Amino acid sequence: MSEINSSLSLANPHPANYNGTQKLGLALIAIGVLSLALAWVGIGKDQALYFFIAMLAGLMGGGLIYFYGTYGKLPAGIKNNRVFFSSIASRGALGWMLGIILTGFYISLYFFPKYLNGLISLFDPLSQLVRGKDSDQWFVYGTFYTIAVLVMGIKFMMKYRHNRYQLIRTSSVTFFQLILAWTLPIIMENLYNYGPYLSYFWPLDYDAIFPGSLSYVLKSGKLGQFVVVWGLIMTFVATPILTYFFGKRWYCSWVCGCGGLAETAGDPFRHLSDKSLRAWKIERWLIHSVLAFIIILTVLLLVDNAATGKVLGDAAGKSLAKTYSFLIGSIFAGVIGTGFYPILGNRAWCRFGCPMAAYMGIIQRFKSRFRITTNGAQCISCGNCSTYCEMGIDVRWYAQRGQNIVRASCVGCGICSAVCPRGVLKLETGPENAQRTGIQLDSHGLIPLEAVKILD
Amino acid sequence: MHIVIIGNGISGITAARTLRKHSDHEITVISGETDHFFSRTALMYIYMGHMRYQETKPYEDWFWSKNRINLKKAWVKQIDTDNNHILFSDDSGMHYDRLLIASGSKSNKFGWPGQDLDGVQGLYSFQDLEAMERTTKHGISRAVIVGGGLIGIEMAEMLHSRHYPVTLLVREQSYWNNVLPAQESAMITRHIREHGFDLRLGVELKEILDDGTGKVKGVVTSEGETIDCQLVGLTAGVSPNIEFVKSSKIVCGRGIIVNQFQQTNINGVYAAGDCAQMETPPADRRPIEQVWYTGKIQGETAALNILGRPTAYNPGYWYNSAKFLDIEYQTYGMVLPVLREGEEAFYWEDANGKRSIHLVWRKQDRRFIGINNFGIRLRHTTFNHWLKQQATVDEVLRDIRAAAFDPEFFKPFEKELISAWNIQFPDHQIQLNNKRSLRARIFHS
Repeated sequence: MSEINSSLSLANPHPANYNGTQKLGLALIAIGVLSLALAWVGIGKDQALYFFIAMLAGLMGGGLIYFYGTYGKLPAGIKNNRVFFSSIASRGALGWMLGIILTGFYISLYFFPKYLNGLISLFDPLSQLVRGKDSDQWFVYGTFYTIAVLVMGIKFMMKYRHNRYQLIRTSSVTFFQLILAWTLPIIMENLYNYGPYLSYFWPLDYDAIFPGSLSYVLKSGKLGQFVVVWGLIMTFVATPILTYFFGKRWYCSWVCGCGGLAETAGDPFRHLSDKSLRAWKIERWLIHSVLAFIIILTVLLLVDNAATGKVLGDAAGKSLAKTYSFLIGSIFAGVIGTGFYPILGNRAWCRFGCPMAAYMGIIQRFKSRFRITTNGAQCISCGNCSTYCEMGIDVRWYAQRGQNIVRASCVGCGICSAVCPRGVLKLETGPENAQRTGIQLDSHGLIPLEAVKILD
Repeated sequence: MHIVIIGNGISGITAARTLRKHSDHEITVISGETDHFFSRTALMYIYMGHMRYQETKPYEDWFWSKNRINLKKAWVKQIDTDNNHILFSDDSGMHYDRLLIASGSKSNKFGWPGQDLDGVQGLYSFQDLEAMERTTKHGISRAVIVGGGLIGIEMAEMLHSRHYPVTLLVREQSYWNNVLPAQESAMITRHIREHGFDLRLGVELKEILDDGTGKVKGVVTSEGETIDCQLVGLTAGVSPNIEFVKSSKIVCGRGIIVNQFQQTNINGVYAAGDCAQMETPPADRRPIEQVWYTGKIQGETAALNILGRPTAYNPGYWYNSAKFLDIEYQTYGMVLPVLREGEEAFYWEDANGKRSIHLVWRKQDRRFIGINNFGIRLRHTTFNHWLKQQATVDEVLRDIRAAAFDPEFFKPFEKELISAWNIQFPDHQIQLNNKRSLRARIFHS
């Protein structure tokens, strides 16, 4: 309320009380940031390796030491003290500045990579080592992304170390980013000159089955054929089955790279999602429009290709595809989706834009065993669940009525259940319509009339 | 018909929503505390920075006009039941056809010297939260909390979150042992100390000291020690907030006396929630109940009676929950601090001292009476079912997996619990039901 914290820390800040470990971590982070800044403006080009090591050790080592100093010595438990006093995590001046910096980075990355030249050369030594060629903007981005998921993932696990669901889930999402989205593509590129991401599928990987990509991929022989078949099986067979049994969380908060970043680096911003009914209405229109757009676009392109350009004409098809790629692939998913973490929360893309999430959301809403159940009438309406829902679901609305939560957008991160002080919420995947005995509150969260003794 | 509700807490608001659901009467909710309904249970989280005031409001602000529930911000001064009229502190008034009083509680003060000084407070209302912000605005060197209950530990946790040292003065020899059995009380006592609180057991407050300007400068304890502090939290319970009712013809005891239909002695006037005192409380229930869900049920019960649907207050089996710093607590049925005649108990505690289960049953027929669970979540509906079915403690233990409510992958407690039981009661060996295979755990967890 009265207290605003101007610290840059995303981890339980209190500047007056930094301990020795935290100070050491901060010093190393400062060295990392300095190396990065110098390299970006072109200083140290000849010693790229040293600058790179200083940057990496500073950011990763310093970060981990800092987080250990922050959480390691506290008793395990929920660590949300001062979240709303933090300027950087609560849309204060620092939050807006960070938003602008991140947005600027994404705009440079997608549209003006030359401004990243200094950074790109900083990554040359690593790129030479693992790929045998110079770095480019996408290598820089992928590596940064993976480092962020790793370091912030470990931070998340320290923060929630009392919660095994969070530990296992975060290990999973970090593993998939590090192995399937970073290491494996590099290895395959070295071996086959083609480095596919096996953890992204159509429609999130929107051009995966565009005629152009298909013909390109199939050119790379058996591996290409495998990737196409793998992608089709994942999209049309595995996704419905897994979503039926586990809900969309099997992907969104356990596998997906976008989700991985949101769950780790984005965790300090989860409470910024908009919980209003209005936001929910916008969400439903927007995300399903994107899904419709990509389905129609893909079908049109495939039909057009089969009819050798007689339906759309090559130019029209290409320009439609470009429009999608620009508006959705770059602006929505990247610039807004991640750049606006400190403003819209960490799941703006997943909630409002991702067509894969929309597709699984429909299954989850209408045909899935996954739901969040409410523990009888234990809810005290405190609002922690809604506040910390990154998808902007007003969880309390259901919990205080004793209703199960079955929502298309829920990514099953499990934080509502973790922050509940009364043990009310549980992510469940038992058989559909499992009847539980005891009180069932009516739709208004009240004891149903017939359950109350009525006297004449 | 104009139905007026005094108080926008959980009782008043539940009543208003029930009335709107079943009728088209004009409804007005009066509160001087806040413009809108907020969750009182979340006050601590505002101070700790987990939420802001707006996050504690269970309904968006448009909800009230959309449901045609008038909100009036005012303090009620007097009620004139002869003329169906209430008077506000600014001397304006309002007519009612039916009146529901749901004015909640206020913090107890037991006549300690200095108890009205600036910096002395309880934690119940939004104004209490504001006072706490005012007192700690420029930092304090220490706070002293008096009273060892749920609000005491909440206040201590709040101040601790801002890194203010806290001393807790607790009259009892172990934390909250007037409610918890000795084992659980010892666990919580340990946990409080582990968090770095200065917990003084068996120590009472004697006097609060004035710094000469009307502000707190310290306390004197029953041991004669002076502790310097700038904030004193009085958390020795709450009592009905009914000062404004006392000049009326409505009969009051400690609270407003109501029958099982939430009716007062005056026709058309009802009371619900913390401020109401049941003339004849249901079995195992106190006359004044100050928990969230009883407020909810009483609000609903009052509304139904106002609408002419005679409905008796029926809270069902006792249950409750709380959180002590990092340890969650739930209870179903009756587990009293000391066993009653004819009762038997079993206590199990995890090796790390952060999880425990305490079962109580009737010796003669082994009927299950109640359970306390710390650090483990159990399912309300399942226990309600067992209490209703008069299950035996052996049946409860055998099927305990059906009641497990911990998140997926949490360390199971069931086997350890049962093997401890089997060692202690070799004549009543238990075999766990529902052994969950890996397949079952994945597909039917």
